[in-house]
Amino acid sequence: MDRQSTGTNDISLDALRSGSREAFAQLVERYSPSIYRLALRITGNSQDAEDVLQETFLKAMNALSDFQGRSSVSTWLYRIAVNESLMLLRRQKRANTIPVELENDENQDGESETLEIEDWCCLPEKELLSSESRAFLDQALNQLSPRLKMVFQLRDIEGLSIQETADALELTEANVKTSLMRARLKLRELLTGYFHEKLSGRAA
Amino acid sequence: MTNHPLTCKEILQQINLLIDGELEAELCDQLEKHLRECDNCRVVVNTTTKTIELYQEIKGQDQLPEDVRKRLYLRLNLPEPRRDL
Ligand SMILES: [Zn+2]
Repeated sequence: MDRQSTGTNDISLDALRSGSREAFAQLVERYSPSIYRLALRITGNSQDAEDVLQETFLKAMNALSDFQGRSSVSTWLYRIAVNESLMLLRRQKRANTIPVELENDENQDGESETLEIEDWCCLPEKELLSSESRAFLDQALNQLSPRLKMVFQLRDIEGLSIQETADALELTEANVKTSLMRARLKLRELLTGYFHEKLSGRAA
Repeated sequence: MTNHPLTCKEILQQINLLIDGELEAELCDQLEKHLRECDNCRVVVNTTTKTIELYQEIKGQDQLPEDVRKRLYLRLNLPEPRRDL
């Protein structure tokens, strides 16, 4: 698995800080897809995700001269995007909205005693990645609490390190590890339930 | 998982490290031995790894839509870099 951290090595921090438009455009080009995916994941809505995307880079542009460099530029961008997304959700909060805090969700998200055991790895790629399966994967991830969702998105989908994920979400590394394990096992369980039906369908 | 419940539980507690390949060599040997002998744990580890792989594979379907990208550069008042990589 590709576990490279998302570095900004070849984008010069000095150029960014001194206001180089070219360097900033490079930053936008590199990180806009993952910032957009993250915002879409949190807000669940493409219009909101676009607003978050624009606000994130506008804020970054205005604040770059103050950027301390304690974390990487990318982590800093993710942090802005997470805060913007949560702020937007809070503003729209209606009676039926999902909880928007990065609350601690210990003992939620099913640490079930019994694990579903079904080896569905053998299903052909065609079935694992059918459009129906893709829709299910998306839906399964959206069932997780905001915190598990974001940890999984940043670490396992966008490929940030544990430390970068912790920095971006302002959590401890220990919390990230625990949430990551919960998210992975919960998703595995949901997918097992889903692919179980595919397997029994084949056997029939 | 009835034969050696404690060990299976321990295995799953290490599942992150196992998946991310961050186990110390000695512990890794023990776990690998367990996984060779325990079908259940092996299935859990394999399907968890596969779960992550599937999510990584479908990431590509959520690229930044072209119109969203255009409006972003407009809003930032930046020239759009050419996309001829
Ligand atoms: Zn076992």
